[in-house]
Amino acid sequence: MSSDSIALNPALESTRPIGDRLHDWVTTVDHKKLGILYILYALVFLVIGGIEATIMRIQLIVPHNHFVSPQVFNEMFTMHGTTMIFFVAMPIMFGFANYLLPLMIGARDMAFPRLNAWSFWLAAFGGLLLYFSFIGGNGLYGAGGAPDVGWFAYAPLTARVFSIGHSTDFWTLGLLVSGIGSIGTAANIAATVLCLRCPGMTLGKMPLLAWMNLVMAALVLLAISPLTAAQIMLSLDRYLGAHFFDTQAGGSAVIWMHFFWIFGHPEVYVLVIPAFAFASEIIPVFSRKPIFGYPVMVAATVAIGFVSFTVWAHHMFTVGMSSYANSFFTISTMIVGVPTGIKIFNWIGTMWGGKIEFKTPMLFCIGFLFQFLIAGLTGIMLAVAPFDWQLGNSYFVVAHFHYVIVGAILFALFAAFYYWFPKMSGRMYNERLGKWHFWLFLIGFHLTFDFMHIPGLLGMPRRIYTYEPGRGWDIWNLIITVGVFFQAAGILLFVCNLLWSRIKGPVCTSDPWDAWTLEWSTSSPPPEYNFAAIPVVRSRRPLWDIKHPEDPDWKYE
Amino acid sequence: MRRTRHRALVQGIAGLFAVSLAFLLLATSQCFGAPANPSPTNIFRPSSTPADEVFHISIFVLIIAALIFAVVFCLLVYSLVKFRRGPDDDGREPPPVYGSNQVELAWTVLPILIVLVLFLATARVIHSVEDAAKPPAAVAVIAIGHQFWWEFRYPSVGIVTANELHVPVSDPAHPTPTYIELRSADTDHSFWIPRLAGKTDLIPNRTNSMWIDPHEVGIYVGQCAQYCGTQHAKMLLRVYVDTKEQFDRWAREEAQPARVGDTVNQGRRVFETTACINCHAVSGTVADGRFGPDLTHLMSRDTIASGAASNTHENLRLWIHDPEAIKPGSLMPAMQLSDQDLDAVTAYLETLR
Ligand code: HEC
Ligand SMILES: [Cu+2]
Repeated sequence: MSSDSIALNPALESTRPIGDRLHDWVTTVDHKKLGILYILYALVFLVIGGIEATIMRIQLIVPHNHFVSPQVFNEMFTMHGTTMIFFVAMPIMFGFANYLLPLMIGARDMAFPRLNAWSFWLAAFGGLLLYFSFIGGNGLYGAGGAPDVGWFAYAPLTARVFSIGHSTDFWTLGLLVSGIGSIGTAANIAATVLCLRCPGMTLGKMPLLAWMNLVMAALVLLAISPLTAAQIMLSLDRYLGAHFFDTQAGGSAVIWMHFFWIFGHPEVYVLVIPAFAFASEIIPVFSRKPIFGYPVMVAATVAIGFVSFTVWAHHMFTVGMSSYANSFFTISTMIVGVPTGIKIFNWIGTMWGGKIEFKTPMLFCIGFLFQFLIAGLTGIMLAVAPFDWQLGNSYFVVAHFHYVIVGAILFALFAAFYYWFPKMSGRMYNERLGKWHFWLFLIGFHLTFDFMHIPGLLGMPRRIYTYEPGRGWDIWNLIITVGVFFQAAGILLFVCNLLWSRIKGPVCTSDPWDAWTLEWSTSSPPPEYNFAAIPVVRSRRPLWDIKHPEDPDWKYE
Repeated sequence: MRRTRHRALVQGIAGLFAVSLAFLLLATSQCFGAPANPSPTNIFRPSSTPADEVFHISIFVLIIAALIFAVVFCLLVYSLVKFRRGPDDDGREPPPVYGSNQVELAWTVLPILIVLVLFLATARVIHSVEDAAKPPAAVAVIAIGHQFWWEFRYPSVGIVTANELHVPVSDPAHPTPTYIELRSADTDHSFWIPRLAGKTDLIPNRTNSMWIDPHEVGIYVGQCAQYCGTQHAKMLLRVYVDTKEQFDRWAREEAQPARVGDTVNQGRRVFETTACINCHAVSGTVADGRFGPDLTHLMSRDTIASGAASNTHENLRLWIHDPEAIKPGSLMPAMQLSDQDLDAVTAYLETLR
């Protein structure tokens, strides 16, 4: 085992001039530094996207509010959605994958370190392009500003007649550029997992996190390509007079929907499968049991990956498809529920008979499980095409996908943050603050998103900047907005905790959780080369084997 | 000393927070008269066959979802309580369990069965709503979505109107459903009256359709449910379900050309010599613009600007003076009329019954 890493002198490191250290970060090709860059970059955008959401919620707190103009409101929901999906959720997942994968499979870096750096800087540049629209979106026409076409930018709103100025171009270019970065990262992740595993680590013995990120990478490769193609076609429409989506010249608005959702639906799994990965690593450690049904978990993940490419048109139940098409997309969508259900049962199976310890990472995992269960069930409701004719594009849908993205994915992400923070920083976070964060965020989340289902059932469509009183929506919107402030307080504690603990937190050992995967065998933070000697493993829990030589896993697996 | 400063700071922040919240609550400004009698838009109070069918399947799905939730939630809570590490824990690792094929098989097969049942129930509803045969007595309407208003045409009787759809009530014994052909003049929109039917999109270059057969007379409200641009929020929709006699009377009136008296000649002249007629039609006069709502029987409508304001003298005048004041971002420009012209045009429009 390689617990004996060659220690660098930390004092030496911190005496180097700040300029040198900054230069290191900008030119780095080290997977750990890039991982952290991805994560920090995403956190900045998380705060920006959160502010945009707060602006919308303040506008909707009472009927006929005049906090922002309709134009600004429309820009806010477009930027909020685009930012959260493309510049928060994806990069943060890539960040964790970058940081953890080589460590967990016993490798010294990603397969293509330079590609890795290139992908990160492309993603970063994409985000800047998108936000530059606030300044440059006006173009020569003096109209525009930030894009206001919605995050799925349905045609023909993006056509030149309906979207003058350059705002839509910044949206297109931002996603195009960051999309190329995503494809680079996905190729890198796949190559790393497939080619760089340490001796003894067969596919069947690698951590579930590696498996799930492999599936995620495959999904990114397949899903981002149609989006990229669509963005190019849109640009051709706008600048070279092509007529793919330009309905005024005979183009098709529906084709854009197909292109977008064949990307958009798998995208949900691109985000949620890494969240599954976190839960699958953290729940076992805090239950003190190996994951229940490892091969089934792998199979279920791969199955979700495949099925997720057959369900896209459930976002289009209201566009007037034939009854056969609607039925097909109903059943294919419902089928996703089966492997997903299996996963939930396996996580519960893992806790069953264990000794559960409620540390902050575990609390967030439990929140994840509970909320993912509800999100899955409202998902089944939306899969029922006729029910979707009522619920589609209403606040019910907004509540549903925020249950997935915040309730499940963000909760799992917070778990991951607290769980791996000691590894990344070498210091322990503050447990008390962590618990406060959990409870505040949990209360805020449920205030906001539980009650958000109700106006949907009462006929409130999404993306409206105001509404009239007397429709029975007022009280629910008030509660929803109040919840936002609790969530913001939680996030504030989270950021404070990270910053404070990074500087003042107690120094921790290489293995504070008594865990079982390889990243805990090297020092915290790991040296640049990760492992002094490449480890050799015999089971899925190599550190268990070392800690329990009398009862090693490889005898049973 | 330090402590008091601390307290002052906390109080200051709390105060600021309270004041800003109060300010936000007061920030509501004028609202242009709540349109008469908006019925609730609850999807669980259906009043037409398609909405009914959705209601039944949704209750079925909700019950199944509730059962699944109850079972899994109990399992989750039970395992959290039962298997938490106690305070007097001996520190030994629990016995590792790697999995069980029987259990996995059970929780694979059971969900598959549930999915099958749900799917069959759903497919039946999809078929019965989407593939319903059109009875000969059906009323045919064409709905055209515009940024940010609705145009309605009754091709068989030659009516063109806007924003307020009139349909006859449908007696189950002699059904007179309304079949609505959905088109768009510009961007995507979606036709949604929650109590009458689920939504169907209006998409340029594409013709969709839907049907309703309202069981009770009354006014049903809804609104555009597909983001269509700046004023998507105020693209409201009203369906008036009339008795057979009321509907026939309404249709007869509506099919007439405008009856313009001589008392409003000045207003008529202003209307017909400014750009109004490029965008608006008043049948029987030179005004034949099609960009905005048909105004032939403007005064037969309860609301203007797609439900954004009720159709009163003040609102009408304000609208013509400055549409931005009522519906910022609407595609009708402020025409910069003098007060005198404004009064005259308003008076003219008020004769269009
Ligand atoms: C550039 C085209 C245009 C011009 C010119 C124009 N309008 Fe309009 N008008 C519209 C549009 C579009 C609407 C629908 C606005 C909405 O609901 O969003 C409208 C709505 C109206 C309505 C409300 C109709 C209803 O049933 O909701 C009235 C009344 C009206 N216009 C009167 C006038 C008068 C009077 C003039 C001339 C002084 C005029 N308009 C000039 C485009 C125009
Ligand atoms: Cu619309």
